[in-house]
Amino acid sequence: MSIWVHEDSKVLVQGITGSQGTFHATRMIEYGTDIVGGVTPGKGGQTVDLPGRSVPVYDSMAEAVSDTGADVSVIYVPARFAASAIIEAAEAFHELNDGGMIVCITEGIPTLDMVRSIGHIADKPGVRLIGPNCPGIITPGDQGGCKVGIMPGYIHAKGRIGIISKSGTLTYEAVAQTMSIGEGQTTCIGIGGDPVSGTGFIDCLAAFEEDSDTEAVVLIGEIGGTAEEDAAAWAAENFSKPIVGFVAGATAPPGKRMGHAGAIISGGKGTAEEKFAAFEAAGIHVARDPSAIGEVLRGVLIEAGLRET
Amino acid sequence: MNIHEFQGKALFRESGIAVQDGVHCTNVEQALAAYDSLGSEVVAVKSQIHAGGRGKGSLYAPDTGELVMEGGVKIAFSRKEVENYASNILGHRLVTKQTGPAGKMVNNLYIEAGCAIAHEYYLALLVDREADSVLIMASTEGGVDIEEVAENTPEAIHKEWVDPREGLQNEQKNSLADSLGLTGSAHDSFVEMIGQLERMFVERDCSMIEINPLVRTEGDIMIALDSKVSFDDNASFRHPWRAELRDLSEEEETEVRANKSGLSYVKLDGNIGCLVNGAGLAMASMDVIKLYGGEPANFLDIGGGANKESITTAFGIILEDPNVEGILVNIFGGIIRCDMVARSIIDASREVGLEVPLVVRFSGTNHKEGKEVLESSALDVITTSTLADGAEAIVGAIGGGSS
Repeated sequence: MSIWVHEDSKVLVQGITGSQGTFHATRMIEYGTDIVGGVTPGKGGQTVDLPGRSVPVYDSMAEAVSDTGADVSVIYVPARFAASAIIEAAEAFHELNDGGMIVCITEGIPTLDMVRSIGHIADKPGVRLIGPNCPGIITPGDQGGCKVGIMPGYIHAKGRIGIISKSGTLTYEAVAQTMSIGEGQTTCIGIGGDPVSGTGFIDCLAAFEEDSDTEAVVLIGEIGGTAEEDAAAWAAENFSKPIVGFVAGATAPPGKRMGHAGAIISGGKGTAEEKFAAFEAAGIHVARDPSAIGEVLRGVLIEAGLRET
Repeated sequence: MNIHEFQGKALFRESGIAVQDGVHCTNVEQALAAYDSLGSEVVAVKSQIHAGGRGKGSLYAPDTGELVMEGGVKIAFSRKEVENYASNILGHRLVTKQTGPAGKMVNNLYIEAGCAIAHEYYLALLVDREADSVLIMASTEGGVDIEEVAENTPEAIHKEWVDPREGLQNEQKNSLADSLGLTGSAHDSFVEMIGQLERMFVERDCSMIEINPLVRTEGDIMIALDSKVSFDDNASFRHPWRAELRDLSEEEETEVRANKSGLSYVKLDGNIGCLVNGAGLAMASMDVIKLYGGEPANFLDIGGGANKESITTAFGIILEDPNVEGILVNIFGGIIRCDMVARSIIDASREVGLEVPLVVRFSGTNHKEGKEVLESSALDVITTSTLADGAEAIVGAIGGGSS
């Protein structure tokens, strides 16, 4: 198995007629994702030509969900409209399905818009949001798989390692590290680097704990906030599988935002050292160098009796 | 984006939040005129810089480095003292624990009418990233370093979270007022103020409003004696009025310029320049340089939409830093193709006249093609496949760690 998105997931693309939406819908379908349609208000009734199929465009998420039975939506709309897109998707999934997965790729969404969006999702237990400002989620399959986002699909392979990360390209780095020791992935999730976002580390860990195919997890954090510390404390009590952890930003100066809106050491809090220390206290196997994640993981798997060499 | 105290107070006034009368000045004559016009015997003479800790900071002459005055916020009891303090502040460098040792040049001054203070409190509104909501914090321990209060006596800070769908409730406002021990007219004026602050926070897309101190006057009225306001940059598109409040002299010029080209740049103190795609990978690249004994000169994320122009700008910005002795490029190709980056590097190195050692690590989309492009060019470059090899190579190429 895998978590949250699978080879049979039916995926909608919000903003499908925009250049980003069409570009990535094409890449996703090439990977094997079952793209069943898209939403662009005012363009309902049109179709978009993707490799091997032509998919319908709807004016609203409600129409799209009821017509296609989709259970996943990926958002590529501009930042100023993204919060409304999230809320619209949440309401459609909640009312028409028992829930659904929303993956918001858009970066630069106003923080208070995200506060409002999360408020809307909070009372819809079946609805899950990943992101915003993230690469998305991918479950590699036997052939192709389900890629919902902007990550390069070909670097992945089906396997037994779960990956969770706040960063985009650093997630790819972690994927490449698992591949360097011949390990594939169950599911890789980029949770995004914004201060206010949907799914967090603990949600991902809880799902990986339940997933029998996932045998170890690589967790990539970065400076700012306390999500890494909270995840470490939770994992110490509730997570039975080995975790390899890395935190980016050990050399970042205090008070400076390092690219991601959430990546800032403020008031002396949120440093990489605190997070590494929390990892170690929780029994997480720390890689101080992201190029060493593969070797640390190899050692961990051998120690757990999951690998010979 | 941060703004000055006097600008924050102007926004407070517009929102009906009580502040003392005050005048923004940029020279001593204006400061004296302000004193005359305020009609208050006692005034506060306040340095205006974006960093905190002004009251406990020190002012230095920019040319000689000589100490001019202790304290960047002064209480003046006469016209003569206003003149003295204003001339000691303006045109001098204020060093506080938040500015770093170089301090900040003070070009702006705020002259504010004094008031009879009965007690000082602390009040702040900010986005709580763990709770995904706006958090209001109030404490009776005002006028001091709130981080120390949080560390030593966390129970002295009362917190209320605003439900994004319900808004700030009357019970919450009362509970905050009660936590400060306020009664009578002070209680009423606090409850009114907190409602206005919460409205301002949301309407103007703030990321923080901090009032330290918030004071209760001897007349039992609550007044915001300080203001520290910062805005969420992501929301700037719907607040065109912000442009007028922006003080570019408070920002790093290269960081502003980088930003205009879609780059995210932060200058550091080391000697190895970095050019990376992705914020997390850019931080990790700095960390790995350090692990191999080097010191990163900067954080630089070229972003997902990088092209030849922005990569050329990035090289230019890195090389403007005279400390840079070598450059590490670290690209994990996704949407960005390594061969495009390779061609851009070759063009950029010609355009900016690259003379320091260059190491390029390519992985991901078209990494083989990218390496071929670099290796078949006349450019003197070391290529690697892993970040660790890249960091080791650049540290070796400049002859070890920081000199």
